[in-house]
Amino acid sequence: MTVNTSRRGFLKGAAATGAVLLVGARPDGILAAASSESTQFNPFVKIDADGIVIVVVKHFEMGQGPATGLPTLVAEEIGASMDQIDYEFAPSNPQVYNNLFFGQIQGSGGSTAMANSWQQYRQAGAAAREMLIAAAAQTWDVDASGITIEEGIVKAGEQSAPIAEFVTAAAQLDAPVEPHLKDPSEFRLIGNESVRRKDSPIKGNGQAKYGMDMHLPNQMVVMIKRPESRGGVVVGFDDSASKEIKGFINAATLPNQAGVAVYAEDTWAAIQAREALDVEWDVSVAETRDSDQIEAEIRAALDAEPQYNVNKADAATVAAAIDGADTVLEETFYFPLLAHAPMEPMNCTIEQTADGKIVMHDACQIPTGVHYALQQIFEMPAEQIEINTLLAGGSFGRRATPEADYQVEAALAFVVTDRSRPVKLVWTREDDIRSGYYRPAFGHKVRVGLDGQGNIVGWQHQVAGQSIMKGTAFESFAVHDGIDHSSVEGIADSPYAIPGMALGLTDTPKATTVLWWRSVGHTHTAYVMETMMDKIAKAAGRDPVEFRLAHLADDSNADQKRKAGVLKLAMEKADWGNAPAGRAQGIAVHKSFGSYVAEVVEVSGNAENGIKIEKVTCAVDCGIAVNPDVVKAQVQGGAGYGIGHVMRDKITLTGGAVDQSNFPDYEPLRISDIGAIEVHIVASAEAPSGIGEPGTPPAAPALANAIAAATGPHVTHLPMSDNGVSFV
Amino acid sequence: MPTSLKINGQMRDVQASEGTPLLWVIRDELKMTGTKFGCGVASCGACTVHVDGQPVRSCQTYVEDVEGAEITTIEAMSEDKIGAAIQQAWVELDVVQCGYCQSGQVMSAVGLLSENPKPSVEEIDEYMWGNTCRCATYQRIRAGIQRASEILEG
Repeated sequence: MTVNTSRRGFLKGAAATGAVLLVGARPDGILAAASSESTQFNPFVKIDADGIVIVVVKHFEMGQGPATGLPTLVAEEIGASMDQIDYEFAPSNPQVYNNLFFGQIQGSGGSTAMANSWQQYRQAGAAAREMLIAAAAQTWDVDASGITIEEGIVKAGEQSAPIAEFVTAAAQLDAPVEPHLKDPSEFRLIGNESVRRKDSPIKGNGQAKYGMDMHLPNQMVVMIKRPESRGGVVVGFDDSASKEIKGFINAATLPNQAGVAVYAEDTWAAIQAREALDVEWDVSVAETRDSDQIEAEIRAALDAEPQYNVNKADAATVAAAIDGADTVLEETFYFPLLAHAPMEPMNCTIEQTADGKIVMHDACQIPTGVHYALQQIFEMPAEQIEINTLLAGGSFGRRATPEADYQVEAALAFVVTDRSRPVKLVWTREDDIRSGYYRPAFGHKVRVGLDGQGNIVGWQHQVAGQSIMKGTAFESFAVHDGIDHSSVEGIADSPYAIPGMALGLTDTPKATTVLWWRSVGHTHTAYVMETMMDKIAKAAGRDPVEFRLAHLADDSNADQKRKAGVLKLAMEKADWGNAPAGRAQGIAVHKSFGSYVAEVVEVSGNAENGIKIEKVTCAVDCGIAVNPDVVKAQVQGGAGYGIGHVMRDKITLTGGAVDQSNFPDYEPLRISDIGAIEVHIVASAEAPSGIGEPGTPPAAPALANAIAAATGPHVTHLPMSDNGVSFV
Repeated sequence: MPTSLKINGQMRDVQASEGTPLLWVIRDELKMTGTKFGCGVASCGACTVHVDGQPVRSCQTYVEDVEGAEITTIEAMSEDKIGAAIQQAWVELDVVQCGYCQSGQVMSAVGLLSENPKPSVEEIDEYMWGNTCRCATYQRIRAGIQRASEILEG
């Protein structure tokens, strides 16, 4: 995707006092020439009379770091220190705060926050700097070219003053048309590992406010009683036992009959009253299948002709090349449904203000989708609806449902009331595990032929699973010629030079509600690609790293060069091939979301008596690492997320109902599971690419390859704990 | 069952019925939201508070069982010597990501260092096992505890 920011002009507005400088982009893309006195203006940067810079962050903060990263871009360009800068979350306004990669949609996802903001927020900061400098030039009667701003101090020769001195004067000036951005050689904050997260102190002392922490005066807490199997509808309910619960208010069937809303004075009353509620369901249209049936459907699809020829290869020729090969490897893989299970269960709070507006308080991942849904439900124009974005206790994709699932639930539970009391919707962990959205189950079948020298002569690859994108608002964006790219990303478009690949895809029938899950299709495609590369290298009698590098050998191909670069760095840092006695190593490398990550997992023990994951060594190339320590944290966390789930997690269905319910049977990664994780960053001058997700894909196959190297099974059916591997 | 609870050194009148988890008294009735709801079954540790100095899961601790006890929450940790050291280390190392589990992590870490001022990696892993972090900040939690231990040593 390319972003044309050159036509985006900068605009500044001044509040009535003239003491606040606001800098932002005009939605129509036309350059703004004159100063605007409008306080309706939606800026990226605000500087108050005390010189405090507030960055209006258009992405929500789920831990991935935009509340630090976007302020870093602005502080860098202004010449402010990180202590002089603060942040607030943007209101819902897709004309101004859209994700430049998503069209006219404001939202976070696909590891795009930094990549799409990189130029925009730097330009806003640079425009503010030029206006402050122009104001100083006027005040001091010196040439602007001799003025600098460092650490928030404006300097010209012997004269110096804090930026606060010039805020009022700067607010009277026109915004520059094309502000000059700093050369990377001048960066002091971008790429500086000592920059700390802006949200650290409040998250360590309990002051951080998440959606779950909303307590509006007079609010009701609502919980929804949902059917055990997706698709069941309410016939009726009996709340006589709920009425015995202190704090129970009432119960009402949601207008879409998808559940019964239970209203209470507080959360504990809501939990008990919902438990006591008796609901009669019509399950005639509900999902009824078992996960075994879903797996059987996927396996059958892998054995049949694929529905789509993804890379338009001549499959018959590829098959013939494999049939005639000296060695043929064939493997079938199966990946179960997985839940996201962010720490904070879903919730949001909705109210109608005295002036009639609907306000949604939510850790909102895609404000535009929620905004639109609320317009429909309340039959109100966009300007009558506001979204107040709060901190998110994780997401991993869960909060970004195309249909704004939980926000719609809250709105429906609110719209049937007299709207005199705010409604706070709360999900429990059981709701999260059992009524949620899942990484779809997927199967892969791969046949690879090798010649006598161990060269790949054909790679036939079939994928089958439930499409995430079809039937959603994202279909036109992500599905082409019937092919949901998210089902197959990371295979045929891998940087590896693989001759004779034929990639087929079959969509299997809807099994449950599915959704992107940290790194989406790469969660399974990287596992298959990277365990296959190991198996093929082994069959060819070659070192797994050397074999991979041989397929990334074209130095004129930037994709191959960068992928090879992280592979070499990980190999060097992990001391590849020299594991201490009793330990075994496995490696994997994958490109996703524009970034390249290689990981070496070192294990001890054995599959029978228990594998211990001693160390994970990661190398990442994500372009310019704006906040290197945040980049490291994301790769550490991404690797942990990938490993935790393949070790022992799965969601299964019995008669359409989810069998698991909470952490005791959907066991999260624990502190003792991984001994150490090191992250090394490849120095780069490329624009920043994704970092929230790319750490996840290579972690699981690197673990699988390490277990195989420790003479365990090369696991093809997940989770590992169900398929011959125990962990200590 | 109106009663009084001693929370962070102050007597607080509460109206909660018998059987109400301490978590909901703290969060909903007293509106102290630093203590988090994560699982409700004592399986994630996000709701950890101290009762008479010992970390407990407030989602499985009932209001009638803590009358007369000293209850301490994350809100009081900056005034606690060990708590302040943990918080300092957490900021130095940027332990947090989403942060939702971190109040509970800090409360458990304070419990650990109160008992064992210089824990080994194995002792940290064993003590902190019940505190889930879905962002997998575990490497930094471990490093943060070790750093706080250093800070306290002076």
